[in-house]
Amino acid sequence: MLKPPVWKPEIAWYFFSGGLSGASAVLALGARVAGNRALARSALAGSLLGAAVSPPLLISDLGRPARFLNMLRVAKPTSPMSVGSWVLAGFGGCAAAAAAGEFLGLLRPLGRLAEVGAAALGLPLSTYTAVLVANTAVPVWHESRHELPIVFGAGAAASAGALATLLTAAPDSGPARRLAVLAVLVEVAAVAVMEHRLGPLGEPYREGRAATHKQVGAVLLLGGAALLALGRRRRLALSLGATMVLGGALSERFAIFRAGNPG
Amino acid sequence: MATQPRMGFFTDSSICIGCKACEVACKEWNGLEADGLDFLGMSYDNTGRLGADSWRHVAFIEQRSAAGDVRWLMNSDVCKHCTEAACLDVCPTGALFRTEFGTVVVQDDVCNGCGYCVPACPFGVIERRERDGRAFKCTMCYDRQRSGLAPACSTACPTQSIQFGPLDELRVRAQGRLAEVQAEGAQGARLYLADDDNGVGGAGAFFLLLDRPETYGLPSAPRATTRDLAGMWRTAALAAGLIVAGVAAAFAGDRR
Repeated sequence: MLKPPVWKPEIAWYFFSGGLSGASAVLALGARVAGNRALARSALAGSLLGAAVSPPLLISDLGRPARFLNMLRVAKPTSPMSVGSWVLAGFGGCAAAAAAGEFLGLLRPLGRLAEVGAAALGLPLSTYTAVLVANTAVPVWHESRHELPIVFGAGAAASAGALATLLTAAPDSGPARRLAVLAVLVEVAAVAVMEHRLGPLGEPYREGRAATHKQVGAVLLLGGAALLALGRRRRLALSLGATMVLGGALSERFAIFRAGNPG
Repeated sequence: MATQPRMGFFTDSSICIGCKACEVACKEWNGLEADGLDFLGMSYDNTGRLGADSWRHVAFIEQRSAAGDVRWLMNSDVCKHCTEAACLDVCPTGALFRTEFGTVVVQDDVCNGCGYCVPACPFGVIERRERDGRAFKCTMCYDRQRSGLAPACSTACPTQSIQFGPLDELRVRAQGRLAEVQAEGAQGARLYLADDDNGVGGAGAFFLLLDRPETYGLPSAPRATTRDLAGMWRTAALAAGLIVAGVAAAFAGDRR
């Protein structure tokens, strides 16, 4: 008989904050290359925010929080959690250096280099958590291993686009809105494919808290994307739409978390 | 100096009498606390499952035939000490390691209680002790083995249902025992995890069962999740590529 995971809801929050943070760094680099400084600043702020809240969420879930540094005791490619710990540690340093350069004017050339580093590490940061849960004996997670990374990556991009939309004035937030809308469509499609391929093994998504989270998530994601797509440059519509996409991406993470960990 | 052979357990359920001396000896030697005086209503089994404080678990299965005859199956379950141990693979701190005896052991001074090993185990063996925060399981009495002693459970077993020794010797002995049991008429008898041809690449602890593994709460086709890990990373790389493509597309259409 399998034992269910012992992870607390902090881990579902981290799926969200880690993905948001990682994809925000990619968006920031895109904005920098495109010369959209306002958007780059918003996305950098988003990546810093996610990088700041993520470690406390992870540490509080440990059975022995005082031993969190043991996560960096070895580097093990067979353990997605070990890989992720190193990625998060490196990402945190890059995000902090990038933010120091942009917002405080400290060591600006180094900060620009750190933006590239944060974007490069942001890609695995946005997706490794899917590998982490798929790499278990839990059937609903393991048997969706071909879809979960797409769902997580798309959810990360959607939330990064949404947060940057919230933090940026409408004339400059166009790419963030487009990213959010595009990513929502990919995420919703990937979730549908995942459920279809799971078949009877997808039962956990049709009952209890996982089902509620999934339904709420789908409504918020699609409704929010519609507002972002049709809201033109109306502040209220865009803010509401972005908030809905953020809530939807979070809710979808909770659905996946609860499907394998009914708690 | 001769090389240390891989050591193992051969648990022959056909001669288990359900006395639970193994459970008691394990708790005594390893200082494991009682996990509750709960009446489970499952035959004479009030342990229920392997866990952080139960490293041996004697399962009792009562089977009733159509004619009304009752058959009693007993089997002492334990950590399988897999060749491809998913718990060890996913452990991020290196707390779980492979000993010189080929067994899988948690270093309790390193484990930080991340809990990853718990859902990784295809047998549901390892568990986090909630009042302690760290993960625990059978060590095949690593401390006793290092002193040249056999594990507590096999030493206490009064019927030699639990046999300890070099794994390759046990595997040969088990084949002979299976032939004996089958010759005596046990139709459903079979060896479980007695070779390397399974999803965990072989196990340091294997069994002679009298019925299908599922009857005993054991998976018929266990699989180390890490066997599929490379494919998962490839999908993650594809997802990362999609993020880059999405961001590029978002800026390509920019008309500020």
